[in-house]
Amino acid sequence: MTLDATTRTAALALGDDALVLSHRLGEWAGHAPVLEEEVALANIALDLLGQARVLLSMVGDEDELAYLREERAFRNLQLVEQPNGDFAHTIARQLYFSTYQHLLYAELAAAEGPFAPLAAKAVKEVAYHRDHAEQWTLRLGDGTDESRERMRRACGALWRFTGEMFQPVAGLDVDGTALEAAWLASVTAVLDRATLPVPEGPRTGAWAAGAGRQGLHTESFGRMLAEMQHLHRSHPGASW
Amino acid sequence: MNDGPPVLAAPEEYEEYFEATIARDQRIEPRDWMPDGYRRTLIRQIAQHAHSEIIGMQPEGEWITRAPSLRRKAILFAKVQDEAGHGLYLYSAAETLGADRADLTERLIEGRQKYSSIFNYPTPTFADVGVIGWFVDGAAICNQVPLCRSSYGPYARAMVRICKEESFHQRQGYELLRTMMSGTDAQRQMVQDSVNRWWWPSLMMFGPPDENSPNSAASMAWKIKRHSNDELRQRFVDMTVPQAEKLGVTLPDPDLRWNEERGRHDFGTPDWDELMRVIKGDGPCNAQRVERRRTAHEEGAWVREAAAAHAAKQTARAQQGAAV
Repeated sequence: MTLDATTRTAALALGDDALVLSHRLGEWAGHAPVLEEEVALANIALDLLGQARVLLSMVGDEDELAYLREERAFRNLQLVEQPNGDFAHTIARQLYFSTYQHLLYAELAAAEGPFAPLAAKAVKEVAYHRDHAEQWTLRLGDGTDESRERMRRACGALWRFTGEMFQPVAGLDVDGTALEAAWLASVTAVLDRATLPVPEGPRTGAWAAGAGRQGLHTESFGRMLAEMQHLHRSHPGASW
Repeated sequence: MNDGPPVLAAPEEYEEYFEATIARDQRIEPRDWMPDGYRRTLIRQIAQHAHSEIIGMQPEGEWITRAPSLRRKAILFAKVQDEAGHGLYLYSAAETLGADRADLTERLIEGRQKYSSIFNYPTPTFADVGVIGWFVDGAAICNQVPLCRSSYGPYARAMVRICKEESFHQRQGYELLRTMMSGTDAQRQMVQDSVNRWWWPSLMMFGPPDENSPNSAASMAWKIKRHSNDELRQRFVDMTVPQAEKLGVTLPDPDLRWNEERGRHDFGTPDWDELMRVIKGDGPCNAQRVERRRTAHEEGAWVREAAAAHAAKQTARAQQGAAV
């Protein structure tokens, strides 16, 4: 399939989101608070990695794109590259992102664009990710005093990275304003049920809204890539 | 259920019925009477098996974030996920005997229960991921396929599911090594180096030699175990040697050769002192493996408490709703 340049840019943005978040979830392997979460987090990571592979393959060679690009060439949201932190932090990131991804993919699946086939499959996976994040938000928010405090802090800390999701992306034919309104309504409803306040403050990212999509990333991202790419780069031309 | 067990009166009759069930190769089920020793041996063996699955996630999990291709990364994710799932089946099987998963986890992190000696060896290179699949999952299959006929029903049924997935992992591990062996010189050296490091520890996975295996006799009499350690070790060697030839690697044992008379391979003696040291906690990674499990467990305590508190609130609300 030959795609035009703007569609490829959009595929890269969506593919990088899935690739980077999948990697972060992989860092949980062997560290999860209960065995059931080892299974769940790996499962979500595997779904995201599958999506990333389809999307990156729409652009070029998946491994070249994953392993041989520098930080400045990655187009993922700053939200997905944020370090795992504690379990609440990971859940807050999942809540924000899976809600966005579910709304986005539902829209892409309904349209007739180049992302419709991928979105039609992915939207089912993402519905499960979203449910997982919502259930844990409820458990942690409406659990113990400690868990509520941790969840409140996590939701607040990641809030500033959420505006970037609704900035226009060339080649992605979605109504950002409507998406944002739906996202806010959904997240607010979950936080209310979890007895958590909706965070206040700007939602403009580390430098400016849309920075990750332009290749401007937060500091921990370079280190994440160094780990991810090290072995591949150490053996140029090798196949695995 | 068909006719169900007969109604028995005296303890001697229970014991007789148990022995007869074992002798007929029928399964013991959770509600059946069983000797205390049988119950204790099974809890110990199934728990250690479950712990091995969970600790075994670590050496390969090390490579999820560094896997050199997206395909290999996906395979690793799926494998580590399967291992967590195997741990869950096995803890469930142990719980049918009256054990408690939280208590078994405590025993693991306090060093009161063991896990497979093999997971105390490090994975410094990516070839180790392939060699673990080939040797370690291969050895696990030799051990576990006979356990599908183990006398205790829940254990045997767990093993059926686990063995299917393990043989899939073993093939994937071997396939990774084949890919690497047809790659660059550096990749081939990485594979040979890994084979050299993992061969003897893999042979030790079958446990001490038969004359020095305290639990074997009872386990075999009860048909929990079906074959001796040495017999399984021999099967593993016989299965693996041709695979090594096909792959183009050597196995680091000067005494390894085909014995025409026996129709089996002769091989050297593993370093049993090393095995004893590793089992007693003094292997290369024992401390870090248990520490990591402990840290995950302790750092996750607030999450488990939150889930329990939330569930209690939900129950209370439901009862209140019902009362109104």
